[in-house]
Amino acid sequence: MNIDSIKNGFVIDHIEAGKSFEIYNYLNLGDLDTSVAIIKNAKSNKMGKKDIIKIDENTNINLDILGYLDPNITVNKIINGEIVGKFHPELPERLVNIIKCKNPRCITSIEQELPHICELTDRENVVYRCKYCEEKVNR
Amino acid sequence: MKHLIDIKDLSTDEIDELITVAKDIIANKEKYSKKCERKKIATLFYEPSTRTRLSFEAAMMELGGNVLGFSSANSSSAAKGESVADTVRVIGGYADIIAMRHPKEGAPLVAAMKSEVPIINAGDGGHNHPTQTLTDLLTIQCEKHRLNDLKIGICGDLKFGRTVHSLITAMSRYKNITFVLISPKELKIPDYVRKDILEKNNIEYVETKDMEEYMQDLDILYMTRVQKERFFNEDDYIRLKDYYILNKEKLEKAKDDLCIMHPLPRVNEISTEVDDDKRACYFKQAKYGKYIRMALILKLLNIK
Repeated sequence: MNIDSIKNGFVIDHIEAGKSFEIYNYLNLGDLDTSVAIIKNAKSNKMGKKDIIKIDENTNINLDILGYLDPNITVNKIINGEIVGKFHPELPERLVNIIKCKNPRCITSIEQELPHICELTDRENVVYRCKYCEEKVNR
Repeated sequence: MKHLIDIKDLSTDEIDELITVAKDIIANKEKYSKKCERKKIATLFYEPSTRTRLSFEAAMMELGGNVLGFSSANSSSAAKGESVADTVRVIGGYADIIAMRHPKEGAPLVAAMKSEVPIINAGDGGHNHPTQTLTDLLTIQCEKHRLNDLKIGICGDLKFGRTVHSLITAMSRYKNITFVLISPKELKIPDYVRKDILEKNNIEYVETKDMEEYMQDLDILYMTRVQKERFFNEDDYIRLKDYYILNKEKLEKAKDDLCIMHPLPRVNEISTEVDDDKRACYFKQAKYGKYIRMALILKLLNIK
């Protein structure tokens, strides 16, 4: 199967097989007015199978989220058809409106317009807590 | 501008400063009687409270200031669906400082993020109640004359009791503190307090079910109420509510200078026969609450 290489944009590589749609949704890629390719179950020497997302535009995407969603992901930045940067997104210090606090006692449970803010409190064990009620939050 | 949302918002130096001012207020009440003249505190209580609200109001009155507010969500614009953020922006135009109690955790933080006047968290659900912790610290300082070198027994509901978690957090800043954690196994201290506070700070502690086992060693015995509202199952509540009842007999082996504390209200966990014992400090503790709140109001309003 052929997917055209991109000129300017991002290639999100080494996505755990089957996770690409979740990442597509978290990054709100459906809102972009540009070509986005999702490649599922691509062959990978390292992972056996992997997913890949290609975005054909140097758009302003919050890639920090990727560090939270899957720490093994590689992001390649492409300019004029060349890879100019390759990085593994780190765990972001805070996530805004990415995950919702599910604590029924939290103020966010009754005030719908509040942003759901989660802060990284334990990097080693990847623990995020709701900024308001401090409950541990999970995806 | 500074708010007080969580006891962790205050450095140890700031806590010590508040205690020093509170002690000075106790010794020189007249000196402080006009410090907040023409200032107003708004007490926004979205759920009922007796001690905390009246304590804040008495504190402001003793500083020469005035008080406004509401004491239940039904009598406020929250009943019409107004958000906490909007309410504090409006009230900030009427008052110089706001004390807020809310049943939802994090509500005072939301208020602080939007408010133009200092916000004091007067209790947000089972989450934080920093002025209770300050009250406890002032009580310990006034009754034991130190915050270091103490063996502190905490008895009752150690699982759901927010005052217990905050007290352990606050006391873990001081030197040579040992905790004796007395509870039935269903109400033991949560793992995150054990790991993130006690073990992380190398605080010595023992856990026991037996209230009398360490009684003779304790400098402080902090009793707590088993709170009905924290249980989903009424049978569990009924089974556990009278697990510990402190009475004269149980105090026989205790030190002469033991300080018995309780955040109040008590139900059955301290027999009324203990009230006349010189070691019973819980009513004094409620009074200390007013003085530390006076010190806090002065600090947040930046009044020397």
